[in-house]
Amino acid sequence: MSAHTQTAKFLAGRDRAASWYEASARKRVGLLVDDGSFFEFIGPEMREVSPHLQVFDLPEQFDDGIIIGRGRLDGSPVFVAAQEGRFMGGAFGEVHGAKLTGLLHAARDIKSMPVLILFDTGGVRLQEANAGELAIAEIMRAVIEARTAGVKVIGLIGGHSGCYGGGGLIAGCCSALVVSEQGRIAVSGPEVIETNRGVEEFDSRDHALVWRTMGGKHRRLIGGAEVFVDDTVQAFREAALELVRSTGGFGIDTLKAEQSRLEDRLQRFGTCRDAVEIWTAEGIPDAASIPELPADQFIPLADKVWRTGRDAR
Amino acid sequence: MTLDEILASMFPDGHDVRNDSGLLYGLGTLRHGGRALVIGVANRSALGVDEAIRLSGYVLASIEKGSGPILVVVDSDSQRMSKRDELLGLSEFLAHLAKSLIYADMHGRPTIGLLYGRSAAGAFLATALATRVLVGLPGADPAVMDLPSMAKVTKLSIEVLKQKARSTPVFAPGLRNLAQTGAVHITWDERVPLVDQLQSLLANMPNARDRRDALGKERGGRLKAHDIAERVRGLALQTQ
Repeated sequence: MSAHTQTAKFLAGRDRAASWYEASARKRVGLLVDDGSFFEFIGPEMREVSPHLQVFDLPEQFDDGIIIGRGRLDGSPVFVAAQEGRFMGGAFGEVHGAKLTGLLHAARDIKSMPVLILFDTGGVRLQEANAGELAIAEIMRAVIEARTAGVKVIGLIGGHSGCYGGGGLIAGCCSALVVSEQGRIAVSGPEVIETNRGVEEFDSRDHALVWRTMGGKHRRLIGGAEVFVDDTVQAFREAALELVRSTGGFGIDTLKAEQSRLEDRLQRFGTCRDAVEIWTAEGIPDAASIPELPADQFIPLADKVWRTGRDAR
Repeated sequence: MTLDEILASMFPDGHDVRNDSGLLYGLGTLRHGGRALVIGVANRSALGVDEAIRLSGYVLASIEKGSGPILVVVDSDSQRMSKRDELLGLSEFLAHLAKSLIYADMHGRPTIGLLYGRSAAGAFLATALATRVLVGLPGADPAVMDLPSMAKVTKLSIEVLKQKARSTPVFAPGLRNLAQTGAVHITWDERVPLVDQLQSLLANMPNARDRRDALGKERGGRLKAHDIAERVRGLALQTQ
């Protein structure tokens, strides 16, 4: 190995220790795939911006807040889509959504290339609400068509904006999910619940409540995500690699298994009023300490509690 | 039209669809033979974990034992906004319902959504928008988000939003605005027996390919989506 290659490997290794949460979408993509392997489709130089934001005098972004392309993961080709949670909250608009739909259609046609979706979204972009909502419906259908054709679609969730609204529904259509502690997955966000139902129902400023109700640890513990990782690019990369190799196919048996899995969850935890009650019911000793547990202690505990059925999503 | 009138007009040869506290389930006899599974949400009910799991259960049972089209009849609220529903993983339940409907549609059980009232947000995605063909009835009033809530988020007055909605219906509530984007395929005529319109739709059912982006382009409500998706697909296929 040349000194140059060694240096490059060292640099990549060091950068992959970067926080997933803090990184931009572009940085996540660049570090997630093999060094220098990423090739973008309709990149920012094409300036395919949203046609709807100017009506609201809002700034546009040249990639409309999503990066789409292909790269290699440990040598094997993969498609990648990454949302930028710091542009319009990573929300789905017409162009943003259509880029992901097109990628999934290609994956469906090719049949063998996995798709990694790096979610970071508050849901529908309200300034183009109808187009955004429909884009999400089209993406959900495209995910199922791709999975039916044999494609593995893996969601990675650990960004600033979490994975809310229709983003949560798309995530639920994926073959498997990786979450970090910061990876909140929900349909209604904390503010939405509070605005509609009152602060007694949900206090959106109670951050501990938000994390234990919607955060990555809870999702992992109830089987809503397959793998929990520490907040580094390296950890997400390793988990994505593992899931691309181990995740099963999709068919009527998957749906029946998911029906049982979700019915079972309602039966066991349907009357619990808080996440700590659920974790206690799961038999976790000292469940109240879960939010404070570092990732390296939480992961073996979660693995003991819930070996997620890899064929029930 | 009320739900009872709609069901009677669609199934003059009989149906046993029951409305159980806002959840619809039953079979309707089709004019040219066979029966359709009917599921849905009525009474502007919210769709939470308990409702979604029942609806997906009906669809999966019907995939195994039934035949014929599946009608998803909707007058709902949004998803149920509650701590309990989110705690239990509502996103998975709604996705599971949508997946069951899409799977059925792709495997010989064509799905038709019938929107006769309201629907919004996650409930809309998991039901009517997860079907192959979405039919609107004139009284339908879908909204991704209502204008007062939108005013709050965008920090614009309702008057300003209403004014903007005239030139840019892409964000505004309503059946016509949504139809322009391609989300609603056809709007039925209430003065014509629905059974005739249902039979005509079943006789000319489009294939399972999702054409909603092309429809949105034709109707001028979503000019970029189809071309962007096709360009990405082309680029991605080239470079494998």
